[in-house]
Amino acid sequence: MRIWLSQHARTLGMTLGKFFRSPVASLFNIGVIGVALALPAGFYVGLVNLQSLSQGLAAAPQLSLFLALDASRADIAQIEGRLKQHAQVHKFKYVPREQALADMKAGSGLGDVMSGLAQNPLPDAFVVDARDSTAQSLEKLREEINNWPKVAHVQLDAAWAKRLEAVLKLGQLAVLMLTTLLAFALVAITFNTIRLQILTRREEIEVAKLIGATDAFIRRPFLYFGALQGLAGGFAAWALIWAGIYLLNNGLADLSQLYGTTFQLHHLNPADSLGLLLFSAVLGWFGAWMSVGRHLSDADRR
Amino acid sequence: MISFSQVYKRYPGGYEALRNISLNIGAGEMVFITGHSGAGKSTLLKLLTAIERPTSGSVVVNGQNVGALRPRAIPFLRRNFGLVFQDHKLLFDRTVFDNVLLPLNIRGFRRGEAARRVRAALDKVGLLDKEKARPVTLSGGEQQRLCIARAIVHRPAILLADEPTANLDAAYAGELGSLFQSFNQVGVTVVIATHDENLAARLRPRVITLRQGGLMTTPEEAAAT
Ligand SMILES: Nc1ncnc2c1ncn2[C@@H]1O[C@H](COP(=O)(O)OP(=O)(O)O)[C@@H](O)[C@H]1O
Ligand SMILES: [Mg+2]
Repeated sequence: MRIWLSQHARTLGMTLGKFFRSPVASLFNIGVIGVALALPAGFYVGLVNLQSLSQGLAAAPQLSLFLALDASRADIAQIEGRLKQHAQVHKFKYVPREQALADMKAGSGLGDVMSGLAQNPLPDAFVVDARDSTAQSLEKLREEINNWPKVAHVQLDAAWAKRLEAVLKLGQLAVLMLTTLLAFALVAITFNTIRLQILTRREEIEVAKLIGATDAFIRRPFLYFGALQGLAGGFAAWALIWAGIYLLNNGLADLSQLYGTTFQLHHLNPADSLGLLLFSAVLGWFGAWMSVGRHLSDADRR
Repeated sequence: MISFSQVYKRYPGGYEALRNISLNIGAGEMVFITGHSGAGKSTLLKLLTAIERPTSGSVVVNGQNVGALRPRAIPFLRRNFGLVFQDHKLLFDRTVFDNVLLPLNIRGFRRGEAARRVRAALDKVGLLDKEKARPVTLSGGEQQRLCIARAIVHRPAILLADEPTANLDAAYAGELGSLFQSFNQVGVTVVIATHDENLAARLRPRVITLRQGGLMTTPEEAAAT
């Protein structure tokens, strides 16, 4: 066990040494990986910010309740009572049909047409502010009220919130696709770096095998290199995003002063940051693993 | 310790490099494999370390049938040997010290112990003052001694050397001969493929002669039967 540990520690040391011996090439690789990862990760940060922003904006969603035309005063009173007691209802306003007609005549320019009608075609209505703004609970509330007696129709006035949510979902899908693509790029970069390393160290590998090295011994330094390069790339991506948000926030501070509001973008949270680093390290390791598997068996066949 | 029985080796091209080889080498012996160029000396050594596999027959080392080993077991078979290659196989981008360190790294020796052993091996072959040098800066004889240091640094039970004195002048070859003899004297089994007759005359080892892939009985053996 101690031998095993010391072998791993030594490999780690030698791998770090390799980075510092060719700093330009290493930095270049790490930079490329960093940019490749910063794209989807930055997009993700943008989405997270948009999401928290949309939650703030959608705080006052409204439902419109249209009653049946034959609803009596008693029906209206009953519905009013139910709304008062409902936990999900923040506040509500009654709009009698006469008022609705008057508003319409005043607002739409259809006054003459309306005057020609023998009867008022509009129903009585309530405008309800819900307490919980998520699309799901709004939809539930809408369905519930729709089943009350003498309620003809309930209109959700938060269609835009739904649309925003759909856009965010689309954004998440885009992040996923971008991540997949660029993860592939990261694996390819590592694959190639390791391939070159194997080529330059072919003699050493050959000799080591001839004098009793196991495949695990030969693989180990390459796997370490792949994982470390991935980790460093992940860190570069993290730093890029941090710097990007920092600069944007500086700009936003000026803007906020003009408008008298405060709005700041959030940085990647610790869990997401850790996820990013792990993800990139694992991908690097994977690329190295594929490359080593491929090229060592090639070397065997020679 | 080593035994061949009815071993044939045919290379992919169809050339039969060894035919019907049966022989035994005991622990602690010093054996020379001689014969003309192309007689099959290198092939015989390669069969021992599973670099090549016999086409038929069996090669047994320390009770293990080498030709039937699983790939995962081969590294551990090879750790029984110290190998001096015909083409050196030194790493020219490493120092003398690091070249000798390689077998110990493979076996997982700790740093301090490894460094101690590397210096002991370099001292044995007289290269201690060159530990930081690169192999290119060494003479042919020094490179050959570096190969020997790498082969013995892990104290193997069996030392295999393929043409260790090729391209060396007689005096140098003699020095190498005494080096091999000193290992043999401390109990190492030494098998050397060579066509250097001077060396054979000086060390008086057991000699196995190959001719066109077959065994040639030595005059002594012929007399004994
Ligand atoms: N890998 C190989 N493929 C085909 N033929 C080979 C191979 N290695 C050796 N040979 C042939 O086998 C014969 C014996 O080779 P070798 O064992 O190297 O002889 P020696 O070491 O005695 O000079 C030679 O004729 C050589 O050409
Ligand atoms: Mg040969």
